[in-house]
Amino acid sequence: MTKDSSSVLPEATPAPPPRAAPPAAKPARGRFPVDARLAGLFGVFVLLCVVGWLTRPDAFFTEGNLSTVLRLAAAIGVVSVGMTFVIISGGIDLSVGSIVALSSVWATTLATQSFGPLVMVICALAVGLGCGLVNGVLVAYGRVVPFIATLAMYASARGLAERISGRNTQVVRQSGFLAFFRGDLLGIPVLIWMFAAVFVAGWVLLNRTTFGRRTFAVGGNTEAARLAGIRVKRHTALVYGVAGLCCGIAALMVVARTTSGASTNGLYYELDAIAAVVIGGTLLSGGRGTLTGTLIGVLIFTVLGNIFTLNNLDTDIQNIAKGAIIVLAVLLQFRSRRRARRST
Amino acid sequence: MPGPSSLARRRFLTGGAAVGAGALLAACTSNESPQSAPQAVAGTAGQNAQPGKHVTIGFSAPAADHGWMAAMTKNARTQAGRFSDVTFTATEGTNDVNQQIAQVETLINQKVDVLVILPFDGKALTQAGQQAMDAGIPVVNVDRVFDTPLAYRTWIGGDNYRMGVNAGNYIAAELKRKGVASPVIGEVAGIDSLPLTQERSQGFKDALAKNGFRVGPRVSAQFTPESGEQMTANLLQSASKLDALWNHDDDQGIGVLAAIDSARRSEFFLVGGAGSRNMMDLVKADSSVIKATVLYSPSMASSAIALARLLGQGKGIGDLAEHEIPATVTTYSAVVTKENVDSYADVAFDS
Repeated sequence: MTKDSSSVLPEATPAPPPRAAPPAAKPARGRFPVDARLAGLFGVFVLLCVVGWLTRPDAFFTEGNLSTVLRLAAAIGVVSVGMTFVIISGGIDLSVGSIVALSSVWATTLATQSFGPLVMVICALAVGLGCGLVNGVLVAYGRVVPFIATLAMYASARGLAERISGRNTQVVRQSGFLAFFRGDLLGIPVLIWMFAAVFVAGWVLLNRTTFGRRTFAVGGNTEAARLAGIRVKRHTALVYGVAGLCCGIAALMVVARTTSGASTNGLYYELDAIAAVVIGGTLLSGGRGTLTGTLIGVLIFTVLGNIFTLNNLDTDIQNIAKGAIIVLAVLLQFRSRRRARRST
Repeated sequence: MPGPSSLARRRFLTGGAAVGAGALLAACTSNESPQSAPQAVAGTAGQNAQPGKHVTIGFSAPAADHGWMAAMTKNARTQAGRFSDVTFTATEGTNDVNQQIAQVETLINQKVDVLVILPFDGKALTQAGQQAMDAGIPVVNVDRVFDTPLAYRTWIGGDNYRMGVNAGNYIAAELKRKGVASPVIGEVAGIDSLPLTQERSQGFKDALAKNGFRVGPRVSAQFTPESGEQMTANLLQSASKLDALWNHDDDQGIGVLAAIDSARRSEFFLVGGAGSRNMMDLVKADSSVIKATVLYSPSMASSAIALARLLGQGKGIGDLAEHEIPATVTTYSAVVTKENVDSYADVAFDS
């Protein structure tokens, strides 16, 4: 090992002794562009927290408020984890909000409620996974463009949710379900545990398994991935399945939070999730991205909303701020990509 | 070119199969029937209830995409069914203004006797209303008002400003009764860009101001349970102590209550809006923070059908001295409390 590196190093270094400093810095940026931007993004998040603390020193850093922020981030965070997989694989999923609505309604129909909490959980997960797989099969085997396939699911899943619920809000009477999902575990709300578990599982799946590596490969260059022996179609279908499953989990969270299932659940989740993924530094063209970035993206938006409410500000200005953050993040992404290209 | 066409057919079949499977599943799990218990509508009595001249009533409304709007359509249908002398012709609900105009035109061509129109957008449907009036068909305009009285014979709708006023007055009276000196009064509004939300908020603000109080923390949700929960969770963090909270809409109120429950807060009382069955039950049980709800009742749709029938028969309203149906009828936003909830149970709606 040491022999290897010592034999390689002299080869790599001899050429530019006077310019030693810049090349050393540039490859570092080129090799870790994502990490550099993650640090920047984290900086924005810290800055927001400081603003929150300065404007409401009495309320922002309280246990109750932090727990509220995390609970609010949980559902959209879980959806964004799934969205990150889809976008890294080179696709897009516009149907996540509608799948959340359908899963939540399905889990709370009187029929499923009367069979107890376990059936409710299974229903939500199965519906989410099923919808995701339908998306995936349409995209991979039906060769429907992801935008269109998930747009169809976006419309039909919400329509089905409206049909099943009769457009009524279905209040959860199943006390066992509420007691568990609205409760605490070791002093921390169950929803936050679930969010953490999904994030960790997603991170491991993406960064430590063959499935994750294949996802990057498919998104980076589909043809190369196919030539490398990856069953691209099956993999694509599974990636949408992962996103759908995440929607099912998010639906459980929404049902727990609102104590009801409604066809209006998950409104605009697709936009929020895509925004979070994009400002988290994942390339919309696929092939590169991180879940940590997505996590910070979700937290930035949730904390922003929290700060606005804590200071009794109008929500329209909040939307403007959201837009500004998205543009800023994408501009940053552009610059770092150019820099990355220049260095190679 | 056999390749592409067979591929296209395959795709079409795949899509068809997916839709079919979805519909089948929906049919299996639908629990519409147990949920849609017979919608109670305010009763009609007196001489006018006697069968009279036969009237065909045309009805056009937006899509029933949430509890209140669904109740409007349901109430209209139920009320029409109560009259043996009424034929009810309803069009499919739509949120597409162009389609609703086309529907109204169809009803005019069918020569219905009276038209009941709940426009998706009052301004956009004004011309359609006028067209009907010009054709000699009296129009009952429900809730969202047309631009000009030329386009309707009678308008019936709710009073958003007074809804805010009555919520504010009730809260102020309760706080004074309890002797709270400088109360913190919160507000969970609906969609802020809608005039109805602005009117409700203005009425609330004015009524509180008259009592020497003001609105404290305020958020605006989207009329959905989820948005109600999100906004209220934040609001509760913002105010460590509240004395009263007004929530504009009982459907989002389910989420509002869930957030209050999560935060384990009970030092204040909550007043709802619209008058859903769910909230009325909670008010009656008196076991949670919700102590009242201010009506904005979909019973107005039942009344609109009753008015349309009387218009068709050329009758007036029984107890009034007028020979004709009044040009405008504004429903009253009563405050439903534990004391009077039983008398309002008939206008509660499933949110």
